[in-house]
Amino acid sequence: MKQLIKTTLLVAASLWSVATLAAGPTVPLDEAKVDLHDKASLQRGAQLFMNYCLGCHSMQYQRYNRTFKDLEIPEELGVENLQFTGEKVGDLITNAMATEDAGTWFGTAAPDLTLVARVRGADWIYTYLRSFYVDESRPFGVNNTVFPNVGMPHVLEELQGIPRKTTEQRMVDGEMQDVYVGIKTDGSGMLTDAEYDQAALDITNFLVYTGEPMMLQQQRIGWYVFGFLLVFLIFAVLLKREFFKDVK
Amino acid sequence: MNKLIAWFDERIPMTKTWNIHLAQYPAPKNFNFWYIFGVLATLVLVNQILTGIWLTMNYVPSAEGAFASVEFIMRDIEYGWLLRYMHSTGASAFFVVVYLHMFRGMMYGSYQKPRELLWVFGMLIFLVLMAEAFMGYLLPWGQMSYWGAQVIISLFGAIPIIGDDLTLWIRGDYVISGATLNRFFALHVIALPLVLVILVFLHIIALHEVGSNNPEGVSIKKPKGSVPDADKPKFTFHERFTKKYDIVDAFPFFPYYIVKDLVGVAIFLFFFCYVIFFAPAMGGLFLEPPNFEAANPLKTPAHIAPVWYFTPFYAILRAVPDKLLGVILMFGAIVALFVLPWLDRGKVRSVRYRSTLHKVNLTVFAISFIALGYLGLKPATEVYTMFARIFTFLYFAFFVLLWFYSKNENTKPVPERITK
Repeated sequence: MKQLIKTTLLVAASLWSVATLAAGPTVPLDEAKVDLHDKASLQRGAQLFMNYCLGCHSMQYQRYNRTFKDLEIPEELGVENLQFTGEKVGDLITNAMATEDAGTWFGTAAPDLTLVARVRGADWIYTYLRSFYVDESRPFGVNNTVFPNVGMPHVLEELQGIPRKTTEQRMVDGEMQDVYVGIKTDGSGMLTDAEYDQAALDITNFLVYTGEPMMLQQQRIGWYVFGFLLVFLIFAVLLKREFFKDVK
Repeated sequence: MNKLIAWFDERIPMTKTWNIHLAQYPAPKNFNFWYIFGVLATLVLVNQILTGIWLTMNYVPSAEGAFASVEFIMRDIEYGWLLRYMHSTGASAFFVVVYLHMFRGMMYGSYQKPRELLWVFGMLIFLVLMAEAFMGYLLPWGQMSYWGAQVIISLFGAIPIIGDDLTLWIRGDYVISGATLNRFFALHVIALPLVLVILVFLHIIALHEVGSNNPEGVSIKKPKGSVPDADKPKFTFHERFTKKYDIVDAFPFFPYYIVKDLVGVAIFLFFFCYVIFFAPAMGGLFLEPPNFEAANPLKTPAHIAPVWYFTPFYAILRAVPDKLLGVILMFGAIVALFVLPWLDRGKVRSVRYRSTLHKVNLTVFAISFIALGYLGLKPATEVYTMFARIFTFLYFAFFVLLWFYSKNENTKPVPERITK
């Protein structure tokens, strides 16, 4: 019995890992220039998150009122325009999709995104959001170069347009060849390429914030602590010198 | 005030203890940079205990609530993030200072007679500290907490006959589960800290019984009556130390080394606070990125690595193809340190007066330890495994070689007194 449980778990675990997360990033990641002081970017990121991501992904460790306060969004405005779930402004940012349903619909539960920036890093998220491409072999018709065989649809398609892996005729070694030049959209989206990159950066910025909402406060206090330590060090050195006059 | 002190002194050895262990404790005058780490280890221990108490107030030790309660502490408790980062950074800082403290002992022969028991107490502290850190790392209930514990506990399964039952007994379940979390929590917050504090107490008592070593490895205790009064330090040392010996080249621990250590503490705190406030994850070394994802028994991380302070021993484990042999070698690496006082048959303590061979041997040992630590962080590729084997060999070679050459070592003459 013991052996059976062990074997089952092992097989399940290995299958699962092969099926979902076996692949790390195989493509070079673009640098996300996140800036937690850029409140406008964070606000746009929050807006995009609440509208496009929260349907499936929760943010269960983060609260609405904390988010509004940190992002300098007036509370009434936030509740009216950004709070689609929960009853009170002090609630955690959860969503209504049941894990079982998610399993049926997507093959796996949509992961909570509160801490995704601490798990994956900002560059990964930024590149991931810009790396969907049309792939008819997949259930949702799209795939992702950063996360191969990803289980989610391209939710931001209405913003980006339809992205395809594009090749161009180029001269290579004296011959004309088809060379992969990256993912290009057909221009049917609501945003231009530059605007879409900015939107992806805004979402990334917001997720970096929710990963460590205390970061700005933490660093501000850090400088004061350094200031105190400097004074402490000076006095410690003087004290030591004074006492060691006895010894020399 | 004096009356109050007298009232206490009649009932408890208050002033006496203060004098024996601080104000009239003779410390050699030539302590250098390497002698700060004992004080720093004590400081970090206090930090761990205090922040630990406050973290316990809001931590929920259950498989369902643990991960969320840590994020609750990070977000909803006022300055909860500070307590948590002080604790998580303190764990790594503890090992940094303890490793340096141990290496100091190796360099200056502080484990040699009559300090063998002092060294053994220190090694016991190190052992309990590893258990304490290992159990503490399960508590956030992240992916690395879970799978790291899974890997380490399964090591006990390599023991013949009792292995499987032993792992079951440790986990309290067939897999790591809430039952494991609860017992690790109990051991982490009360049982092991208690043992740790008692061992630290014994370590200090043993130190003050035999007296501190120093970078020259020369004793500051001279035969009674052999030192002219003009040569004696002008300080008062407790009669416990002066009854049998004349003390030379020393001054009282308090206030002199206390004020000197304050400078060291301030410098240490710069590094410590830099991590807390500006790099709490330390690039994934102190807090591993996968640990920000809640434990999932059905999802194995692509690469399971223990936290950096275990990686030298983990690299030794992985370097051996056979699991049981690997486990034996890994524990052997720690046992070898335990018996160091008896492996070193030399009479000269400080590396300053020992043979070139010993200097080279000790340097190779230090390099091997660091290299193994690095390799333990990396995936076990063919090249890395080959290097891990080489450095494992060199790690153990240190002890074997030491035993052979230390008996008739070509040492330099040791001065009678501390000259520098």
